[in-house]
This record gives sequence, C-alpha cells and structure tokens, in this order.
Amino acid sequence: MNLAALLSADLPYWVQSLLRVVGGLVAVLLPAGTIVYLFLFKMMSFMQSRLGPMEAGPQGSMQLFAEVGKWLQKEDIYPARADKFIFKLAPLIVLASTFLLVVVVPFGPDALFTDFETGVFYALAVSSVSVLGILIAGWSSANKYSLLGGLRAAGQLIAYELPMVLAVVGVVIQAGTMNLQQIVVAQNGGSMFGFSSLGNPYVITQFVGFIVFMIAVQAELTQTPFDMPIAESELVSGYMTEYSGFRFLIFFIGEFATAGVFSMIASILFLGGWAVPFSWFGWTTIDSIDNWMNIVGPLILFTKMIVIVFFIMWIRFSYPRFREDQLQKFAWKVLIPVSLANIMVTAILKVAF
Amino acid sequence: MSLLGDRQQLAYIAAQAADARVNVELETEGMTLNIGPQHPATHGTLRIIARLDGEQVLWADPSCGYMHRGYEKLTEVRSYPQVTALVNRIDWLGSFANEVPFILAAEKLMGVEAPSRAQHIRTILFELSRIANVTLFLGDLGVQLGAVTPVFFAFRDREYVLNLIEGATGGRFHPNFDRIGGLKDDLPAGFIDETRIVMKKLRGFCDQIEDLLFGNEIFQSRTRGIGVIPKDVALQYGMSGANLRASGVDWDLRRDQKLPLAYDKVDFKVITHPDGDSFARCWVRLQEVRESTRIVDQLLDTIPTGPIMAKVPKIIKVPEGEAWVSTENPLGEMGYYVVSQGDMGPFRVKIRSASFNNISITPWLLKGVYVPDIITILASLYFILGDIDR
Repeated sequence: MNLAALLSADLPYWVQSLLRVVGGLVAVLLPAGTIVYLFLFKMMSFMQSRLGPMEAGPQGSMQLFAEVGKWLQKEDIYPARADKFIFKLAPLIVLASTFLLVVVVPFGPDALFTDFETGVFYALAVSSVSVLGILIAGWSSANKYSLLGGLRAAGQLIAYELPMVLAVVGVVIQAGTMNLQQIVVAQNGGSMFGFSSLGNPYVITQFVGFIVFMIAVQAELTQTPFDMPIAESELVSGYMTEYSGFRFLIFFIGEFATAGVFSMIASILFLGGWAVPFSWFGWTTIDSIDNWMNIVGPLILFTKMIVIVFFIMWIRFSYPRFREDQLQKFAWKVLIPVSLANIMVTAILKVAF
Repeated sequence: MSLLGDRQQLAYIAAQAADARVNVELETEGMTLNIGPQHPATHGTLRIIARLDGEQVLWADPSCGYMHRGYEKLTEVRSYPQVTALVNRIDWLGSFANEVPFILAAEKLMGVEAPSRAQHIRTILFELSRIANVTLFLGDLGVQLGAVTPVFFAFRDREYVLNLIEGATGGRFHPNFDRIGGLKDDLPAGFIDETRIVMKKLRGFCDQIEDLLFGNEIFQSRTRGIGVIPKDVALQYGMSGANLRASGVDWDLRRDQKLPLAYDKVDFKVITHPDGDSFARCWVRLQEVRESTRIVDQLLDTIPTGPIMAKVPKIIKVPEGEAWVSTENPLGEMGYYVVSQGDMGPFRVKIRSASFNNISITPWLLKGVYVPDIITILASLYFILGDIDR
C-alpha cells in the first residue's frame, strides 16, 4: 500500500484532511509527551538523586495525564489590567508555530505532510513566529516581570535565529537542495570516500555546523543555559508568569513539542533523518525504497530525536544560565563568525571536489 | 553612622541624576520593579525596590521588616531557658548556633562555666549547624543562577547532618539543646562513628559542588567581578563572616576571641580571598564547609570525658549586670547584649544578627548592575530572612 496514493487520489478530500489533522496532532503531541515524561520527569529526577513521579501508573507513566487533568480543571484567570484578547491569543500563536514547523518534516519516503521545495527556508522562517507569541504574551500580561521576559525572549530569539540559519546553509550547500526530503536522500544515498555502507551523514562533514545549530536550538527553545526569558529565580517564569490552567498547558506543550520538532529537523539535516543508508538494501533512488520504510522510518526518526533531546535536556539540567549581555555577545562574537567560516570552507570544498 | 547616611544619600542623589540623564538622552522612562516581598530569589519576604533603566539598575533599596516577629521584645517576658527556644528561630538553617552566644552571655553574667565535655559537644554541634546551613547555601546558589541540580544534592547531604543533630538533640531544625551551665543530654551511642562517616560524605559533596558549579565557565562568568566589595567598604558597612573574609579581611571570631568553646584546641585555617566579588564569597563558604568538617573530626578525636552540666540552681536567676557575647555564626557575627536586673528573665536583649548588617550594603552594591546580577549578588551575600528581621 502506498501512503502517497492513499493520501492523494483514492480518498475523498475530507478523509485526507482528517488524516492530516490526526497525523499532525500525533506528530506534535507524541514527542512532547514522550519528552516530558522521559526527560523532564524521569531523567531529571535520576540526575538529582530522586525518583520522580511514581504513583500514577507503573513508574509514574500516567503522571502526564494526571497533570493535564489538573491543568484543565483550573480556573481561567487573567490579570485585571491585561489586554484580554491578545493575552488569550498568545499561547495559540506559540503552539501554531510548532504545527507550522511539523508540516515540512518528512517521516518516511511517502509519509509526509507536504513535499516542500524550500522546506529548510520555510522551517527556519516559521520557527520565528513563536517570538511574536512570546512578545505579546509578555506585553499583554500587564506585569513588569513578564514584560522583561518577553523583551529578553525577543532579543534572544532574533540573535540566535541568525547562527541557526547560517549553520544550515552549510548543509544546503553540501546537499545542493533546500528540500528536506532531498537532504535525507542525499545523506543516505551518498558515500564517504567511496565507502557507502554508512551513507554520508552530514554530522561528520558539517560537524561545526551541527554544534552551532544545536547551540542555537538550545537558545531558540529557551532551555538552560539560555533560559533568560523564563528565568524562574529572577523573572519568576518571565512571560509565563500570569498564565495558568489551560493557557499555561498550551505554552508547556508548545515548549516541548517545539523541542521535539527541532530535534527532528536536526536529525534530518545532520543525522540522516528517517532513512537507513540505501546501500544496505540496494536502494538507489527515493522511488525504489520499500514501502515498509513508511512504518519503520518514523520510528527511526523518533529514536534519533530522543537521542538529540537527551543532549539538550542533559545540558539543561546541569548548567547555570547566562546573563543577557553575555548571551548576546556569545551569539554575535562567537557563533556567527564560526558559522560564516564554516560556510566559506564548505563552499570552497564543494567547488574543489 | 553619619558616614553611612551620607553615602546612602549620595547614592540616592546620583541615582536620581542618572535617571534624569537617561531620560533626556535616550528619551526612555525608568521602571520601578518590586522584587519581593514574595519572590523566589529572596527565600523569605525581603523586598527590594529597584529603579530600572531597561535591564540596568539605577538604584535599589532593600525594605525589610515583613517577617518581624519581635523577638527582642519577647525575650523580656520569657525566662532564660525559654529564650533559648525563641532564638532558635532567628537563623533557622543553623539553629543551634543561635543558642550558643545567648547561653554564653547568661553564663558570663552568672559566673558559671560549662564543663569541658559540654564545651566540646557545643562546639561540635555549632560546627554541624554551620555545615547544615552553608551546605544549603551552596545548593541554593545553583538555583539562583539557573542550575537546578545542585540544590537536590545539597538537600540530600544536609539530611545526613540533620540526622546527626536529631540523633544528638531530638530536634532536626530547632534543637533547643543548650542549657545554662552545660547541655541537656550527653551524646547518644554511636554518634562519634556516625559523624566521622558523615563528615567524609560532606567533603565528597564539596568536591562535587566544586566540579559541578565552581568549575563551570558560565558560573564563573556570572560571578567573577560581580558585586565587588572593597575591604574598607566592607568594614564601613559592618559586614561580618564569609562576606568580610571574601573581601580580604582576616577576621574570624572563632580564632580571634577567647570564649568557653573548644576552638583553641583545634587547628584550623581562616579562609580569605582577596577579590571581594560574588565568586570569592561563594568560594570562601565552600572552603569553610571543608574546614568545619576538619574541625569536627579533630574535636571527635579529643572529646574528653566528664560531666556535661555544671552546678547551677534549678530556678535560674541571673545576677544584675550587662554582658555582650558574640560568636562566628554561619552567616557572620551574631551577638547578644543581655541586660539583667536579677530576675528570672532578661530585662533587655539586643540581638546583633549578621544578615541585617550584611544586606545593608545592597543599595551601594546594586547600583549600575543588571537585573540578573541582583540575584547573583543577593545569593552570594547569603542572608536568611529570620536573621534580618528577627
């Protein structure tokens, strides 16, 4: 059964739309839930010599549902002086940017929402939409801490957008395409020095780019050491201070779903994405890939995502945070020159070989 | 006193002038930010009123008194043994250390001296409460700077010390163990061996924190050169304890004064640091925990036998007179000025607690720093609200 055929021709439009919506929800919520349980609840606890949630379900695995139930029951509160309409809108904008991001992520040879020619460009562009949500959340809360947090977030996310784009440019130069699906094919169909059994994952050739990209992702997700916007000990959670109940839940889902989606994009750009090296099964092009990869592919991508999120969370739980000016200095004086040099070297080698 | 008043006045005028200048040049408005009374960084109810220009502090002023419990007044209607229970609550993380100077002052008035075994045990418990207190500081430091993990290690290892204190006194937080003329009880069986094991664990904790936090580049860049207190300013503001020693003043009441405690029988270093910045303050405290574990180890070796209580009457009446005793508490110098008129309770007690003087420097120190540095500086000054407001 070909999923592409299933999604395009044979089904009525409403069934297709329904499938896409369900698929999108699964692709956003499943990684978010896994990350929260596996890392925020359990890994963090084990690092800090405690057990974490143990009561709800075996090893506390149902804790997340209990938490969601708690948040849903909470009273819908907004500050008296808040700008109510945009106060309510802000979490939705943040979550929307996550859904917009997941649209271009390929999960298998045919398991994808859109095969977008300029997928990389699109992904980096829509990831900035969340800044808007954070900024208006900070502004509309009518709270000085929130305002400081929102402004810090805006400054930080804009500063780290640039190294992220520049780090990806190296991959785009090497792959010769901006289509995420084609980047996956280029990595797994490629070879290193005529040795094709590992493919050509760009994490090896673009190692500098990978490091810069991951640092920028860390900052983009506002995880420690770049969590100035939500610094609990100084800004009391920054732009999220006034949010509670369902709206806080949306921010929360947005944070961890975005972590999942960014990790997926990182594994697609640098670790070979959903595919295994084509030489293992004698595939040559994307059309010759067996259909079972549509089932196994998402699992492979999911595994790679978990590995990357593990590193993000590891750093998050062990580092103190930067100060705002140090953070900006780090972006402009270290990351951007390094990624520019990386682009130059990549371009020269691309022309030379 | 007039010097401090003038200094604060000048700081205020300078802040106003800076505010006005900013408004003219950049057409920006300052913002008054209330940090506290309920704020995670103040671990209690301290309020800091900060005038900000963007992220920069133009001037800041601590406003305390939200937790004032009137202990100085309450002591006037309590008998001497009851005051011990009261002063336990001043610095609630190192409670036993609060009892000692008051008891010593009362003993001084009565002309009683505790037997040497009691002095030894007092000193051991004093150092244990210092370790319990500063251990939590080292963990809390991480939380203030954004690292969540160290605080759990701190709570885990403080638990061992609290278990020791509980084993010896029956109370984990508020031992109420010190008596005029000695101690309530002797040490329980197995205390000495258990304490040796715990001291070893705590040296391990110090190594862990040094690796995890003090060796971290981000931690160093956040604390080095932030909140520098020069030697003379630290002395002018009456700072004490690790905050003073971090500014390069070699001053430790454990060594520098003669009290009926066992410090003269042990060999320990007084840790100082020349820099006077936040890093120095944190570093000095870390090293002092190590020194304290060494002091406890040495005292366990030399603990004498004998009674734990001197001969004192059942009903304690302190003869007329005045006495001042201060000791080197976990937070700094803590002293009691006890005035007695021959009754069962003191006529007046003036409590000199370290944190109150230590945070009085904040208006001077916070001027011109960024908002995250407020938290760093407050964390490194290390105050406890009960100790500020009493």
